[in-house]
Amino acid sequence: MIFYNKKNKYLSIFLFLLPSVLGLIVFGILPMLGSLTLSFSEWDIISGPPKLIGLDNFINILKGNEFWRVLNNTLYYIILYIPLILISSLSLALLLNNKFKGIKIYRTLYYIPVITSWVAGSLIWKIVLNPQFGVLNNLLNFIGLQGPGWLYDQTWAMPGIVLASIWKDVGFFGLILFSGLRGISPTYYEAAEIDGANSWQRFKNITLPLISPTLLFVIIISLINSFQLFPQVMIMTQGGPNGATQVMVERIYKYAFQYYKMGYASAFSWLLFIIVFVVTLLQMKLQKRWVHYES
Amino acid sequence: MNHNKLKSGIIFYSLATIIAIFMLLPFFWMISTSLKNSGAVMTIPIKWIPENPNLDAYKRVFNIFPFARAIFNSVFVAVVTTLITVLSSAMAAYIFAKFEFKGREVLFSLYLATLMIPKQVTMIPNFLIIREIRLLNTFTGLMLPSLFNAFATFMLRQNIKTVPDSYIEAAIMEGSSQFKIFKDIVLPLIKPTLATLTVITFMEAWNRYLWPLIVLTDRSKMTLPVGLSLLNGQYGEQYNLLMAGSLISIIPMLMVYIFAQKYFEKGLSVGGIKG
Repeated sequence: MIFYNKKNKYLSIFLFLLPSVLGLIVFGILPMLGSLTLSFSEWDIISGPPKLIGLDNFINILKGNEFWRVLNNTLYYIILYIPLILISSLSLALLLNNKFKGIKIYRTLYYIPVITSWVAGSLIWKIVLNPQFGVLNNLLNFIGLQGPGWLYDQTWAMPGIVLASIWKDVGFFGLILFSGLRGISPTYYEAAEIDGANSWQRFKNITLPLISPTLLFVIIISLINSFQLFPQVMIMTQGGPNGATQVMVERIYKYAFQYYKMGYASAFSWLLFIIVFVVTLLQMKLQKRWVHYES
Repeated sequence: MNHNKLKSGIIFYSLATIIAIFMLLPFFWMISTSLKNSGAVMTIPIKWIPENPNLDAYKRVFNIFPFARAIFNSVFVAVVTTLITVLSSAMAAYIFAKFEFKGREVLFSLYLATLMIPKQVTMIPNFLIIREIRLLNTFTGLMLPSLFNAFATFMLRQNIKTVPDSYIEAAIMEGSSQFKIFKDIVLPLIKPTLATLTVITFMEAWNRYLWPLIVLTDRSKMTLPVGLSLLNGQYGEQYNLLMAGSLISIIPMLMVYIFAQKYFEKGLSVGGIKG
């Protein structure tokens, strides 16, 4: 370790840490404690100070239908989104992992939706998904299929949001998996080729195990993101039709900043935290069964 | 030419092109819609290429909404937020990487612990704090929380650790101040990480939606995502307007992407961790 002049050292530490630690305290730790307190309180922001009501917020949330409907909506999203994003981003990564001329141009193109803001992306998809005047149903029509009402239909609104999310995220996860693929030493494939393994065997026995840590990363991140859906819903459906796309963050936002139920919204946000935490923990536990780490 | 190679080449290019079309079709539809008249947006069968392409929607979007102002606000907020985040995090990271003091590990684990907490948990109290210090509806209030960024601090600390102690020691011997060492030795040595972080932070700040939606209420203060969502609320059925607005909001980011592509791809593998 470096030898410093003592007086100088502590002054430097103080000054260099000041902005960041001040931020940590004021916008990190204090709000955590505040949010916890609020979740046990009732407060409409206008009248008086928050009133402590114990576990009432949590009990009311868990007793009502809404929370379970919201969870159900989120699960519907996850069941569609996770397999689709895994398959599509892995396929994209495998495709990009070839040596062809102009591949960089394709990589650049696939990444454009990623740099597009969620608000703009959602607006675009709202219009793409329009049942009558949108591109998607007209394309379906072209191949002889009758497209659904998408965002106007209780069953099809969430799949519509999933499609938009796949479009937005596939370039991101595809490139992450692509860098995972590039990390696999070619000697494995050469050895397999000598042993006469066909391409499916090579994929199953070499690629998949060796890329499993990256796959785990993709699954964890996309699951966390799934519980935090927000702009898509706000822009495309506002939680509708008939509550079919209401999700946790959208509820938290509306309870806090439209209905001014600060305590109730805070309790909701802690439930979100607990769910995300448990799901991530579960993933870390389950990984031992399928994730392969090179020693 | 090898027959097999030709075959796989054809398969590759057709697949890659089909995917590219799928990815770009929505953008094409956006541009096409933005060039149509309000009436032409809703015709069946749909017109891929507008019959009378015109810029009416663009003119209207600037007229009915302070759109030029929103562009300026977005640029300003994204640039300053990035500066604040990177500078404040780099300063803290330097201390965590190169100074020993009591409680360092505890403090740093607090940083890491906050990474697990979803932003939505701290969002409500953060709003109340900004309200309490009378900074609602100001850019200062919007950007102040960026002083603290656990992810950026972590990433920079890892990088500053690789700077040899001897460089810093030599500079101390010569009587350089810590500020000078930080500016002239540490920062230049971690330039690639700084660039990557700058790009990720800029993109995040540019696209941020929920926090500005809460903090900014004045139309003249709005950033592009908030402005677009307001436009969506008021003119939700006027597709040409919405698409003109969307296109305008995408172009600046697209330009940054084209010029700094290498850093986007570098930031990717680490950027995902934030969630």
